[in-house]
Amino acid sequence: MPLSDQTLTRAEELIARYPQPRSALLPILFLLQAEDGYVSPAGVAQVAQLLGLTKAEVGAVATFYTMFRRRPVGKYLVSVCKTLPCQLRGSREISAAMAERLEVPLGGTDESGMVTVEEVECLAACDGAPVVQVNTENYERLSTDEAMELLEALLRDEVPPPTFAADGSVTEPTTAGLHWRLAGLGDPPAGLGAGAADGDGQPAERSVGREPSPPEPTEQREAGEPQPEEGAGAAARDPHPPVDGAPIGRVADGEAEGDRPPTAPSDEGPAPEDKPRPQAGEGR
Amino acid sequence: MTDQVKVLTSRWGEREAYKLDRYSELDGYASLDAAFGKSPEDLVQLVKDSGLRGRGGAGFPTGMKWGFLAKGTGKPTYLVVNADESEPGTFKDMELLERDPHALVEGVIVSSYAIGCRNAFIYLRGECGWPGRRLQAAIDAAYDKGLLGRDVKGSGFDLDVVLHRGAGAYICGEETALLSSLEGQRGQPKLRPPFPAVEGLYRAPTTVNNVETIATVPWIVRKGVDWFRSMGSDKSPGPKLFSVSGDVVNPGNFEFPLGVPAREVIMGAAGGMRDGKALKAWTPGGSSTPMLTADHLDTPMDFEGITGAGSLLGTAAVMVFSEDVCMVRACLNFTEFYAHESCGKCTPCREGTDWMRKILGRLETGQGRPDDMDTLKDICDSIFGRSFCALGDGATSPIVSALKYFRDEFDEHVSGGGCPFPGARVTVGAH
Repeated sequence: MPLSDQTLTRAEELIARYPQPRSALLPILFLLQAEDGYVSPAGVAQVAQLLGLTKAEVGAVATFYTMFRRRPVGKYLVSVCKTLPCQLRGSREISAAMAERLEVPLGGTDESGMVTVEEVECLAACDGAPVVQVNTENYERLSTDEAMELLEALLRDEVPPPTFAADGSVTEPTTAGLHWRLAGLGDPPAGLGAGAADGDGQPAERSVGREPSPPEPTEQREAGEPQPEEGAGAAARDPHPPVDGAPIGRVADGEAEGDRPPTAPSDEGPAPEDKPRPQAGEGR
Repeated sequence: MTDQVKVLTSRWGEREAYKLDRYSELDGYASLDAAFGKSPEDLVQLVKDSGLRGRGGAGFPTGMKWGFLAKGTGKPTYLVVNADESEPGTFKDMELLERDPHALVEGVIVSSYAIGCRNAFIYLRGECGWPGRRLQAAIDAAYDKGLLGRDVKGSGFDLDVVLHRGAGAYICGEETALLSSLEGQRGQPKLRPPFPAVEGLYRAPTTVNNVETIATVPWIVRKGVDWFRSMGSDKSPGPKLFSVSGDVVNPGNFEFPLGVPAREVIMGAAGGMRDGKALKAWTPGGSSTPMLTADHLDTPMDFEGITGAGSLLGTAAVMVFSEDVCMVRACLNFTEFYAHESCGKCTPCREGTDWMRKILGRLETGQGRPDDMDTLKDICDSIFGRSFCALGDGATSPIVSALKYFRDEFDEHVSGGGCPFPGARVTVGAH
C-alpha cells in the first residue's frame, strides 16, 4: 500500500489533532505525497478508507489544490513566481530559460528526475523579486544567470543555501521531506531524506559525509521496504555541501552570525542589490 | 513628515527575537498577565474601544467581529488565524512570522482568552517554507514553557494551537473558503449568512482574523487604548505594515501610523522610483484594489482616505509601476492570476476571468479589436457584485482602473497592431 503501517500510525496522530477527522485530509494527502511522490490513485483509495470518505470526495479535494500533484515531481521542485512584481524583474526569462535547459515544458521534470520547474503565483516575498523557490525555500533577487547557476547546482544534486540562510532559512533537501513537513509532523524520518534541520528553525550543519540523523523507531522503515520513487526519495544520501559557501542572489541578514560574502553581480541584466537584510523601516 | 513607528516591527531588528527566551527579554508575553487580570468581556470591550480594524483587507472592526460570536450555543468557539497571505504584492505577514513568530502566538493566546476559544488554528499557506518552520518552532517552544496547553501560565485557561498548512489556493484567504479548507473540503466560499461568527468551523461560532490583526492585540492590552489611538485617525487608528514592491529603489515592509500619505511611503521610505523613472500607477492594497496614479500620491493611506480616492486600502500592499510598465500587460498578468485562482464555484468569476484573460492576451499580441475595451468593461460589470465572493470583484479592479486612467494605452494596442512598449519587460504568459 502507498502509506506504510508506520505512516498510518502517524496519520492517526494527525486525525486526533482535530475536532473532526476530515480536517486531517490535507495533512494526510501531504503524507501520501511524501511517501508515494504524488497523490496516487491507490493512495487516494487508502486515504478515503482511513477517513471514511469516498474516493471521489478525496479526489475532489486533491485536485483542487495546486500543491497536490497528479504525477511524481523531481527531488527538487523549482517554483518561479510569475506575478507582476516578479515578472517586472525578469522572472519569466528565468522560468523560460530553466524550461529550455531542462528540455521540458513548464511543470515538467527533467529526464534524470532531479528537477521539476514550474511557474507559480505570488509567493508573498515581492520585495525579493524575482523570487525562485526550491522546495518552498526562497532564493531572491536572482539574475537569470544566477538562477541558472542555481539550477545547475540542483542538477548536480547540490543545494545552495537559500537567501536567508544566515537568518535560519534552510532548504528541505527533497520534495519528499518537504511534503512530510507540510503534513505537520515535524522533521521527516531519515529514510525519507531527513537531516536538513534540527527543527528549531536553525540551519543544520551541512558538511560532506555527515550521516543522516538516526530515525525514530516509529518512523523507521522496515528492511527491504521499497524506498519512495526515484526523484522523490533521496534516502540516506549524503547531505550536500553548499556551493562555494555563498548564497546565490541577494544576501541574507547582516545581523546574524555566519554572514556570507555577497555574490558578485552578474554581467547581464539588472544587478541584484547586494546588501544585508535591513531592519523594518529600511526596507529589505 | 510622518515618522515610521516600531510596534509590530519593534523586534524585527533584534537578534534571535524568534526564540522564546530572547522574545521574553524583549517584553514578549508581557501582555498575558495583563490579559488574565481582566475578564474576557473586558478584553473584547478594550479591543472594541481601541478601534482596531482587521488588517487582512476588509478592515472590519475586530472587537465588533468578536462581539458577534454567538453565545450559549453549547458548541466550542474557535479562533482561526488567516495566515494564507497570497494577495499579489502582500508580504507583511510572512516577514512577521519569519522574524517575530512569538508575536502571533502571544496574540493567539490573548485573543483566544478574550473570546473563550480553547482550540485555535493557524492556517498558513503551504508555499512559504521558512515562516512555517519558524512558527512551528515558536508554537512548540510555547508548549514547552507552559504558555500553551493546559493551564496557560497558571491562569487556569487551557489552549491548544494547531498549525495547519494550506496546499496552494489563493481563494483560501477568503474566510469561508478557508474554513471549508480547514474542514478538509475544497476551498470554496460559502454563502453568508450564516456568518462564521454564528456558524463557522464545524458549524460552531468562529472568528477568522489576519496575522497582523492578532499580533496587534497584545500591544493594545499592554499599552492601552489611548496609546493605540495616538496613531492614525479616529476611524482608522493604530500602526500598520505597508508592503512596498515594484519599481522602487528600496522595496520592503514599512510600519507607519495609518493615514500616512502615500508619497511618504513610496517616495520616502521605499526610496522613490528606480532609475529616476516617472511613477505611472500604484496599487494601495494589492492587485484586487483599483490602481491609482501619481495624482493620488498625497492620499492618506487609511481606510477612509483610500476609499475617497476611489480605491481600497486592502492589505496595504503598495505595488509601484513606472512609466515603462504597459498597463495592458499589467492587467493581463493580474487577470492570469485571477483566472488561475478562481475557484470555479460561480459562473461570473469562473467564466469572466477567463474571457478577460483571452481578450487582454489578444490586445497585447496585436489581435485586439476596437470594441474589446467595451467588452472588457461589460464583463467587469457582469462580475462585480454578481460573483459569490470578493475574488470576482477584485479581478475587475485592475482592468476597470486601468481603463479609467490609461484608456489611450489600450486604444494604441488596437490602432498600432500590438504593444507599443519595447523591451518586453513583461512577457505574455505561456498559457
